[in-house]
Amino acid sequence: MSSAPPSAERLPTDWKSDAMQRRIARRYASERRFKAAGLLAVLLSAAFLAFLLVTMMGNGLRGFTRTEIAVSVDFPASPLKLDPAAVTDRALAEAGLPTMTGAVAEKALGPDGDDLIAPTAWLAIRDAIKDDPTILRRTATIRLPAATAIDLANKGKGTPEAEAAVERLKQAGVLSTGFNATFLSSSDGTDPTQVGIWGAFKGSLLTMLVTLLLSFPIGVATALYLEEYAPKTWWTDIIEVSINNLAAVPSIIFGLLGLSIFLNFLHLPRSAALVGGMTLALMTMPVIVIAGRNAIKAVPPSIRDAALGIGASPVQVVFQHVLPLALPGILTGTIIGMARALGETAPLLMIGMRAFIATPPGGVTDPATVLPVQIFLWSDEVSKGFVEKTSAAIIVLLVFLLAMNGLAIYLRNKFERRWS
Amino acid sequence: MAEHTIKAFDEEIDTLRGLIAEMGGRAEAAIENAMVALLRQDRDLAAQVVADDKRIDAIEAEVEKLVIQVIALRAPMANDLRDVIAALKIVSVVERIGDYAKNIAKRVPMIATNSRTMEPVSLLPSMGQVAGEMVHDALNAFAARDPDLALAVVERDTVVDDFYNSVFRTLVTFMVENPKTISECAHLLFVAKNIERIGDHATNVAEMVYYAATGQTLPDRERRQDLQPEE
Amino acid sequence: MTEEQKALAPADPKMTARDVKVFYGPKQAIKGVSIDVDMDNVTAFIGPSGCGKSTFLRTLNRMNDTVASARVEGTITLDGDDIYAPSMDVVQLRARVGMVFQKPNPFPKSIYENIAYGPRIHGLAAGKADMDVIVEKSLRRAGLWEEVKDRLHDSGTALSGGQQQRLCIGRAIAVEPEVILMDEPCSALDPIATAKIEELIHELRGRYAIVIVTHNMQQAARVSQRTAFFHLGELVEYGVTSDIFTNPRQERTKDYITGRYG
Repeated sequence: MSSAPPSAERLPTDWKSDAMQRRIARRYASERRFKAAGLLAVLLSAAFLAFLLVTMMGNGLRGFTRTEIAVSVDFPASPLKLDPAAVTDRALAEAGLPTMTGAVAEKALGPDGDDLIAPTAWLAIRDAIKDDPTILRRTATIRLPAATAIDLANKGKGTPEAEAAVERLKQAGVLSTGFNATFLSSSDGTDPTQVGIWGAFKGSLLTMLVTLLLSFPIGVATALYLEEYAPKTWWTDIIEVSINNLAAVPSIIFGLLGLSIFLNFLHLPRSAALVGGMTLALMTMPVIVIAGRNAIKAVPPSIRDAALGIGASPVQVVFQHVLPLALPGILTGTIIGMARALGETAPLLMIGMRAFIATPPGGVTDPATVLPVQIFLWSDEVSKGFVEKTSAAIIVLLVFLLAMNGLAIYLRNKFERRWS
Repeated sequence: MAEHTIKAFDEEIDTLRGLIAEMGGRAEAAIENAMVALLRQDRDLAAQVVADDKRIDAIEAEVEKLVIQVIALRAPMANDLRDVIAALKIVSVVERIGDYAKNIAKRVPMIATNSRTMEPVSLLPSMGQVAGEMVHDALNAFAARDPDLALAVVERDTVVDDFYNSVFRTLVTFMVENPKTISECAHLLFVAKNIERIGDHATNVAEMVYYAATGQTLPDRERRQDLQPEE
Repeated sequence: MTEEQKALAPADPKMTARDVKVFYGPKQAIKGVSIDVDMDNVTAFIGPSGCGKSTFLRTLNRMNDTVASARVEGTITLDGDDIYAPSMDVVQLRARVGMVFQKPNPFPKSIYENIAYGPRIHGLAAGKADMDVIVEKSLRRAGLWEEVKDRLHDSGTALSGGQQQRLCIGRAIAVEPEVILMDEPCSALDPIATAKIEELIHELRGRYAIVIVTHNMQQAARVSQRTAFFHLGELVEYGVTSDIFTNPRQERTKDYITGRYG
C-alpha cells in the first residue's frame, strides 16, 4: 500500500500567527542590536579621538606661551656703544648685547638675575632696538624671556627654589605670560625656551613638495598606462600584484632603500629634503596608483565611447575625458598618500634626517628635518621643558595635516562640481 | 504555422475566422433556401430567408469591430495583416451575398407560376447551385488559406456568366412569345441577375483569399459580356 | 548578395560591406554579411537580441577596434575606400561616420562645449565666431536650438533624456559626417521624445546616410525605407521596408515580424 502523497498545495502563509509575530520581533531585535553595536563602535572611536585631542591640547597649548620678566633698561646709562642713527645688524652684533643684558638683569632682579632670564634673552633687547632705535636714548621696559626653570615653575612643574623665585617675581609684579612667537619662527636649539618648529616645518614643507612632484605625475601616469594601454598579459598581472603589495610594505624598508640607493650609491646629500622626498615618493606612489586605477576604472565606458565615436584619438580620450572625471578619485588617493607621508618618521630616520639642525633649510639640498622626526627627537630630550614643546609640535603637525587635507578636499570638490 | 508568442492574438484570429465561417454558412443556406422556396413556391420558407438575413448583417458588424480592435491592439504584420484586411473585405462581400439571397426570396410571392409551364425557371436551380458551390468553395479556401482552390473558384465564374446569358436569352424569347407572363419573367430576370452577382461576389472573396495567402493580387480577368448584340 | 539585394542595390552607395565576418576570439558573431548603404534611404537593422545587428553596425565605424578580442574580415568601404586598410585614419573615419548610442551620453560639459568639442579637435572652426555658427547650425539641425539657445552654457547632463539624445545627435552632426549610425537611439526615451527623434531622422534623410538599429519593428517600419533582418549573425533578408513588413519572403523574417518568434 502506498502512503498518501504529500499535498500538492501548500497552505497560504498566515502572516498574523503568533509564531510569525515572534519571528518578526526577533528580526527587529537583531536589527536594533546591530545598530547599537555600530553606534557603540562610533562612540568608542570618538572617545579615543577626543582623548587624544584633549591631552594634546592640554599639554601642548602651554608650549605656545612663555613666561616673561619685565625689566627696565636704562639705555643711555648702559655700556652699549650704539649710534641710534646707524643701527645695522653688524653694529648690533658687535655692540656686546649679551653682557649688557646680563648686567641689566642683575641690576633689576638681584644677584641671580642672570640665572632668571633665558640665555638668549639678549635677542629680545636686540629686537626691541631694531624695532625702534630711538629707545637707545631713553629708559624702556622690555619683557625678557624667563629661563626654563622659571618657565616650568610658572607652569607648575618646577623645583622648589624656582617656585620661590617665581613667587618673588610675581610679588614684584614683573612676571607675565605671553605668546611664544619664537616657537613658530625659530629652529631647534638646546634651550627649550628658545626652540621653535619653523625649521622642521620648512623641512616638512620642502619634503612634501618633493614627494608630491615626484609621486603624483609618476603615479597618475602609471595608473593611466596600466588601465588604458597595457595589454592584459601575465606580466601586467605581475606588475599589478607588485604595486598592490608595495602599498603594504612597512615604511622602514623604504628607508633602507633610500639609504642604500640614494645615499650610498648616488651619494646625494645626507639629511636633505630631496632625499627624504624621494624616499617618501617611493612609498606614496603605489597608493596613488591604486586609487588612480580605481578612479579610472570607474569612469563610465559610455563617455569613452562617446569621445571615440566623435573621432577623438585615444590620447585625447584619456586626457580630455577620462582623466578629468577620474581626478576626484585620484586626488583622494593623493590625500591619503600624502597624509601618510607627512607623518612618517622611520624611513626618514634611516636616511639621516635626525641630525641637530639649528637653521631652517634654504633649499631641497640643505640638511633638514621634518616635524615627526623633530617631535621624536624632542621627546627624547631630558630637560623637562621639552615636554610641552613636543606636545605643541604635535599640535602644529595636526594643524598642518588638517590644512593639507582641507586644501585637497576643496580641490576635489571643485573638480567634482565642474565635471558633473 | 507557428503560434503567436502572445496567445490572445491567436485566439482573436480564431474568433474572427469562426465568425466568417458562420456567416458564410448562413449565406450558403440562404441561397439554397431561396432557390428551394422559388421552386416550390414556399412563401413561409422565403419569409424565413428574409428574416435570417438580419443575423448575417449582425455578424458583419461584429467582425468589423473585432478587426479594428485587432489592428489597433496587435499591430499585425505581413500575412497576419493581409488576413485581417481580407477578413474585413470578405465579410462585407458575404453580407452582400446574403442580401442577394434575401432579394431572391422576396420575389418568390411575386412569381405565381409552376415550373412546368415556365421552362426558364428550370435553369435557375442549376445556376443557383453553381453559384452556391462557388460561395462554398471560396469560404473553404478562406478557411484553409488555399490559393489554388481560390483560383479554381475564380475560373468557375465564367460558368455562371454563361448560365446567365443563356437564361437571359431564353426569358426574353419566352416573354416575347407569352406576353401575359412578362411581369413574372421580369422578376425571374432579376433573380437570374442576382444569382450572377452572387457568382461575381464569390469570385471577389476568392481573389481576396488569394491575396491574403500569397501577397499577390490576381491579374484582371476577362469578364464576359453579359449582353451580346442581337444579330 | 542575394538577387533581390542586387536588384535593389543603389547606383551610388555611400558604404558597402562585402562578406563581412566578425570574430570575438574563437566565437563567430557575424557570418558573411553583404549590404549597401546609400544617402537617400534610411536603412534599419532589425532582429532578435544577440543576432549581431549592433556588432555589425559597429564595424562600420571601426568601434570594434576597442574590443581587444574582436577580429573583422571582409571588406567595408566608404566612398570606395577600404576602411580597414592601414592607410585609413581611424580618427578621421569616426568623424565621417558618426555614431549615436543607446543611452544618451553627453559629455559632462556645457551644451556649447558638447557640440564644440568635435569641431575643435578636428580643427573645423576658424575662430570663436565660426564655432558659434557651427554650434548654432548643429543645434538647429538637431531640432534643439529653440529649446537651449538661452542656456548654452548650462551643463549638457541637466537636459531631459530626449533632449540629451538630440544633443548627442547634434554633437555627431557638428563634425560634418557623411554617415550617421544610430544604435537603438530611442530605447531609453518616452514616446514623445521618440517621436521627435523619428521626425528628426526623417529631416536628416538625404543629407546623411543613416543606419538605425532598432528592437522596435514599428519604429523600423516608420523611419526606414530599407530594412535588413539579422538572425544569428546572418543577414536573412534585405528589402524595401514596406515589402518586408507586408510580404516578407523568408519564413524566419515572417515569424519574427508577426511575433511568432521564440
